[in-house]
Amino acid sequence: MIRTSGPRRGARRTGVDWFLTFMRVAILTLVAVGILAFIWQEIDTDNPFARWANPDATGLTGAQFRGLVISGVAQGCMYGLIALGYSMVYGVLGFINFAHGEVFMVGAMTGMITSNKLADAGLWESNFIGSMVFIVIVSMIVCTLVAVVMERVAYRPLRGSPRLIPLITSIGVSFFIQNTSIVLLGPAAKAYPDVPDWVKDKHTFLQIEGSRILVVVVAAVSMGVLWYLVEHTKGGKAMRAVAEDAEIAALMGINVNRTIVKVFAVGGAMAGLAGILWGILFRSVIHTTGFLPGIKAFSAAVVGGIGHLGGAMAGGLSIGVAESVGPLLILEPLGVSGVSQLRDAVAFAVLIGVLLLRPAGIFGERLPAEDRT
Amino acid sequence: MTATLPPETGAVGGPDGMPLAPSRPVLAQDWRRLVRMGAVGAVAQIFIALSNMPVRLDERVVVKPVLSLGYLTLLIVPFAAGYRVGHQIKREGMPQYAAGAHEVAGGAACGALVGGGLSLLAVLLANFDLREPLVNWSPMLAELLAFGNATWFAVVIWLLIGAAIGAVGGILRTLGPRTSRAVVTMALAVAGAAVLEPLVVDLAEGMRLEALTDRLYARRGGVNWTSALGLAAASGVLAVLARGRVRQARDHIASLEGARRNRANLGLILLTGAALIILPLFAGKLTNELLANVGLFVLLALGLNVVVGLAGILDLGYVAFFAVGSYSAAVLTAATSPRINPEMPWLVALIVVVIITGLVGLFIGAPVIRMRGDYLAIVTLGFGEIIRLIFLSDWLSGWFGGSQGITKIPGAGIFGLTSVAGTDPRRVFYLVLAFCAIAIYVSWRLERSRLGRAWMAVREDETVAEAMGINTVNVKLLAFVVGAILGSFSGAIFSAKVGSVFPNSFLILVSIVILVVVIFGGMGSIVGVIAGSAVLIGVLGGPKQPGLLAEFSEFKLLIYGALLIWMMLARPEGLIPSVRRSRELHQEEMAQDAWLRGQVEDDDSDGGTHAAPAT
Repeated sequence: MIRTSGPRRGARRTGVDWFLTFMRVAILTLVAVGILAFIWQEIDTDNPFARWANPDATGLTGAQFRGLVISGVAQGCMYGLIALGYSMVYGVLGFINFAHGEVFMVGAMTGMITSNKLADAGLWESNFIGSMVFIVIVSMIVCTLVAVVMERVAYRPLRGSPRLIPLITSIGVSFFIQNTSIVLLGPAAKAYPDVPDWVKDKHTFLQIEGSRILVVVVAAVSMGVLWYLVEHTKGGKAMRAVAEDAEIAALMGINVNRTIVKVFAVGGAMAGLAGILWGILFRSVIHTTGFLPGIKAFSAAVVGGIGHLGGAMAGGLSIGVAESVGPLLILEPLGVSGVSQLRDAVAFAVLIGVLLLRPAGIFGERLPAEDRT
Repeated sequence: MTATLPPETGAVGGPDGMPLAPSRPVLAQDWRRLVRMGAVGAVAQIFIALSNMPVRLDERVVVKPVLSLGYLTLLIVPFAAGYRVGHQIKREGMPQYAAGAHEVAGGAACGALVGGGLSLLAVLLANFDLREPLVNWSPMLAELLAFGNATWFAVVIWLLIGAAIGAVGGILRTLGPRTSRAVVTMALAVAGAAVLEPLVVDLAEGMRLEALTDRLYARRGGVNWTSALGLAAASGVLAVLARGRVRQARDHIASLEGARRNRANLGLILLTGAALIILPLFAGKLTNELLANVGLFVLLALGLNVVVGLAGILDLGYVAFFAVGSYSAAVLTAATSPRINPEMPWLVALIVVVIITGLVGLFIGAPVIRMRGDYLAIVTLGFGEIIRLIFLSDWLSGWFGGSQGITKIPGAGIFGLTSVAGTDPRRVFYLVLAFCAIAIYVSWRLERSRLGRAWMAVREDETVAEAMGINTVNVKLLAFVVGAILGSFSGAIFSAKVGSVFPNSFLILVSIVILVVVIFGGMGSIVGVIAGSAVLIGVLGGPKQPGLLAEFSEFKLLIYGALLIWMMLARPEGLIPSVRRSRELHQEEMAQDAWLRGQVEDDDSDGGTHAAPAT
């Protein structure tokens, strides 16, 4: 297994190691105590422990809990799709494409513009599925273009430079795209047109909102397609080969540049799709839309194990569910008030926790040869 | 995108020193390169026009009746394209052509293509309505592009302007190094006079020199065109007269050894310090406010420079320490802080603030310090955001006031002698200056200490550093803590200066802006970092603070983003690089050069001779 942190075998334990051990124990204890308190609270709302910690805590009803899990799963699918881009690029080039979250934002923006144009033309209401397919295709094309241009302009000239250099560049790209959105489209939040009732309302089936079912189905289908592309086509094989060792792959006659462009294109397309899913779920988009989901998706990629497609999806689901359920499950029974404000903090805490406890992620990393240190 | 920026300085004076090279025929161009550059420039031009920069900046006049900042933004791209298109890559064994008429022709053609972008936009503006997604698709833009005339006029005039400006760019390439330096100096002098206008006017008022500025500047802003011509002529003459004397002097100082060099450096520092102490006495509120803001960012950037520049740890959550410093100073000094309000004197509070921030630095640093560099960046970013979210949350609003923040923070009292508050920017500036001096001294000494060398070793190669017996974990952790403490200084000053703290003053954005400042100035170089803050924060402004070009406030973040990309691509070592850092970044090229010169064996011993003396 690859270790990303922690002392080398045989090294002397220092104060930092003791501190880290303490932190690990503290995190696990916090989670365990929170869950225990939650369970107790569910069994008996009048229990002294819940009262001591949080006098206002009422616990969750079954329906509430299920609702939280389902919204977590839907958002998790979206994070998973974005995480694929991070994971694939990291797997191939060994750097974090910080601007990937902004590609996702561009996708959501494109969807907003296209769907509003379609709504003006009256097509959105009359043929919802058709227009959905149309905006998905437009958004995927735009995002693919953005990702490819980004690679060409900002990253290709930097290949082979110290690894923090492309990371800093990607921060610049992210900043640039975000502010481009402000100066071109204005700083205000923009709304998607109203969706049909069957998407908005809860279905008799399991009492789940249609939009969430749609998101999960779309994510599952695209995940399947991507898996087939990477594992069973020649292009996918080339990607895996480049991820394994770019130099050897080049010697085997693989066009490394073209393969890297393909990786960016696929990641961009997935981010574009995720942008549309964001539009369906939240129906509003603003220039900062890409930032937090981007970071969370990166966390998802790390949680699942960088360079691992299934891991990215699993990581996305775990982050989505954790940030939706975590605050109410663990923090509220421990007496923290206003927990829903802390959901973003919980997502970051999951990232930090995973890096502390199991830095290679759930499924282990697949990294380029020179990054395995 | 990157074409909106001025051409890289490294390319200046390329064609000199080759008098025997043959001249190329006028039409023998690399047409594909020319068209590609023209197309990219045209897209950049349309982007600039649609970003509303021209319309928004049209009010700020640069040269009185002729040129406004808005139009200037549209002239930069054709100029840069015309200049760049003549750039020849020097290849071994390939014929090198002398610059000549084809440079001008190529520049004009490329510039016309770039200008064609605006012509196209003018036609589109007249015939389509895309106001729905693009907020700046306005008749105002169309009017500005056509100078108030019909659309066909805009089409023709922008092709012509593009060609003319592109040709100017090409001509600049054909000039000899001396002439082109004079031309650049003239342009910089006029641009500088225009940019520094508020500062110069303010200072002149303080020194009772209004007569001078009245002559130089028009009544409603902008340099008078007559004075602009005079200024250009004077600076051109000066440039011709000075002719490399500046460089000579600099080389002379650099070549000095030991005590004499120290004396020269000390003299320079004392001179700068004296200027910075005397200058604010004559300046008004505006200048002092500006100087205080710049100083605050110098302080922040110096702190980040220790972490990023010296130790090579990319800390994206640096704003966390700024926030912790501000909040703890606010809680300790303000009577209105919600839970505890000891109302300490500022200096006493500062000691506590330093301890708190140091501990927070340890707490954040310990878990991340073992991570890979890029994971560390994201996790520190996460910590930066968590800290803001915690200050913002209802959970701790009983302590920190939640989104209401803490207000009515008293100014910084120093030994009961004087109180420094935001209402008196001059005192704030002196306070900031004092802390900057401390920070500069500390980072200067640190850089040359055993610890500093350990940081740089870790930056260059962690494994080797460890093998050399450096305790990498402790060393990196110390960098984190030192950075945190330097950040807390500016935090404490910030809360006293502004008089209130809100969670929204500590967005991740601030971290990124500080990072841009450090990288623009030059990672690991103290002078570079100071210059970087002065140029960026002084001219464009900080995240919330206006700079000299206050009109740019909407666009400065866009420019910061573009600047960050461009710096990384073109000059990763920064404006004023530290010698060592730029060697690291250009290791391969230097090795290659050495190999070409057949000196590959000598290269290894090279690093040792320039290492700083041990202390």
